[in-house]
Amino acid sequence: MEILSNLAMGFSIAISPYTLLLAVIGCFVGTIIGALPGLGPANGVALLIPISFSMGLDAISALVLLTSVYYGAMYGGRISSILLNIPGDEPAMMTTLDGYPMAKQGMAGEALVVSGVASFVGAFIATIGLMIFAPYLARVAFKFGPAEYFALYMLAFCTLGGIGSNNQAKAAMAAAIGLGIAMIGLDKTTGMPRFTFGELHLQDGVDFLVAIVGLFAVAEVFFFIETHGKNSAIGVKLGKILVPWRMLRQTTGAMLRGTGIGFVAGVLPGAGASLGSFLAYTAEKSVARDKSQFGKGNPRGVAAPEAGNNAAAGGALVPMLTLGVPGSGTTAVLLALLLTLNITPGPLLFAERPEVVWSLIAALLIANIVLLLMNVPMVKVFVHILSVPAWILLPGVTMVAFVGIYSLTGSSFDMLMMVGFGVLGYIMRKLEIPTVPVILGILLGNAMEDNLRRAMVLSDGDWTFLFSSPIAIGLWIAAVLGFIAPIFLRSFLKRPPLPETEPKVGD
Amino acid sequence: MIRGDRIFGAVMIVLALGYILTASRIGTSFMSDPVGPRAFPYMIAGVIILCAVSMILRPDPEAEWPAGPMLLQLGIAFAALIGYAFAIKPLGFILPTVIVAGILSWQIGGHPKRAAIAGAGLGIGLFVLFRVVLGLGLKGLPAGWGF
Repeated sequence: MEILSNLAMGFSIAISPYTLLLAVIGCFVGTIIGALPGLGPANGVALLIPISFSMGLDAISALVLLTSVYYGAMYGGRISSILLNIPGDEPAMMTTLDGYPMAKQGMAGEALVVSGVASFVGAFIATIGLMIFAPYLARVAFKFGPAEYFALYMLAFCTLGGIGSNNQAKAAMAAAIGLGIAMIGLDKTTGMPRFTFGELHLQDGVDFLVAIVGLFAVAEVFFFIETHGKNSAIGVKLGKILVPWRMLRQTTGAMLRGTGIGFVAGVLPGAGASLGSFLAYTAEKSVARDKSQFGKGNPRGVAAPEAGNNAAAGGALVPMLTLGVPGSGTTAVLLALLLTLNITPGPLLFAERPEVVWSLIAALLIANIVLLLMNVPMVKVFVHILSVPAWILLPGVTMVAFVGIYSLTGSSFDMLMMVGFGVLGYIMRKLEIPTVPVILGILLGNAMEDNLRRAMVLSDGDWTFLFSSPIAIGLWIAAVLGFIAPIFLRSFLKRPPLPETEPKVGD
Repeated sequence: MIRGDRIFGAVMIVLALGYILTASRIGTSFMSDPVGPRAFPYMIAGVIILCAVSMILRPDPEAEWPAGPMLLQLGIAFAALIGYAFAIKPLGFILPTVIVAGILSWQIGGHPKRAAIAGAGLGIGLFVLFRVVLGLGLKGLPAGWGF
């Protein structure tokens, strides 16, 4: 009952004509961002943080707008997966496996509706899961001291690096680069400048928004120049959209199973939506009686991963809100948003600022309903937008990135640093070094060091203090396992190849 | 055979050593704690060196790096973005945006005429969006030209 009264409070804050308008705009923009190949949810939210900040939106409005964009991008990713065989973002990759074959058989409309409903089921149930589990986890998190937090940060880096990359050394390197960048600026404890080289601009440290926009958006431009925008979408056609009720009934089980798996994958730190959709698809295939139909246009192969990836997106909010530890690149960006708004996630957030938590949850529920309406009856609108060519889109995205950073900080130095991060992001992606741990390092670096030093103050310099409580030991074991186990599971976790795209006439 | 991984690893080792050197010069103040401001940076540099050595000893298969003309293209894009970072303050939003968006559009699409239209459209369209619709405090034209 406490949940319901809290939720009522959240809705009373979040439901106003103005915030509803923001939710609609956010959902619309988010779906476009998700649908366009090359612009994922992390990218979209990162680009919009500085802009919504300089528009002077208050905390609740900014949260409503950007979480709508976040969920919208998760919905939108499926559109280009199904129609073009190009995942709009990484978690949508599994949707191509059966979505594109369905489109080839002339069932593009059905695939879009089934996946849209699956997205809704996954995201909606996951949001309810968030309401139930987050306060519980927040109560557990009260028991965490500095040693436990330090171990928790290690766990986040280890699982993210272990699962997200094919080379452990590269993932650890990326995390260390991020942590190293986080050290730049004034040391909080002693007040001494570190790694500033006498440069005043560096005294406050490197702004994580500059790093995020550079690593994600600017790096993308270099990639598009190299490929000459070959991946852009041209000539998409779609017939009348009808709701295939029978197909929806047949896939209900797949949606619910996908949701459960996705939510659990999302709650684990470092796993995120990509793993959620992957596991949901694999599980659905292994319980199905008609295994051979998977990969050839089975609607359940569309429903399960879409439910899984959207449920994971909701599940990933649980550790982000209660512990301040994001589970994926996109939630790392959402953490950046909260920090920009001066909201520190963690157990105290639930006790001290319940209005933020519950209006955020209310916003998520609103966003989901808006998205269901947008993505099923109105999906054609987005299909038209998909045909915007890359030579207009990418320059536009770059300019938006610059405007955002410029209006946030007003300094050329930050824009130069953003271009620098763009080059770094390009090189790292060429070398297959993941960039998300860099972001996570920059975001968490200071808190991680702070907790380490406070732990040492408590224990008077005794390093064994880090392993002295059962919770801390458990987290350390999980961290080591999360880092090492994927080496042995790699053959199992190997991703299936994309279905072959038919050569287009006139290419 | 030199691979990208090895070059990156070597560069990171040099950077990490420089990082350690810089960290060793961080001043001590009257406030102190058992760990101090230098230990955590040392640990980070240690991790970087370990990972770099691993990348040098066991590099992954070489990526496809851009060569010759493509490298020049990327260089042009880089120079344009750097120029944009310097130009937006004194020249206002519209002019640099038209030029840089035009350059990027030409590099991605390869049609000069279309790129010019895209650049002009983006420069003016985004200005209207940001200034008029979203109300950001952007300057449109160079100082003294109005706006």
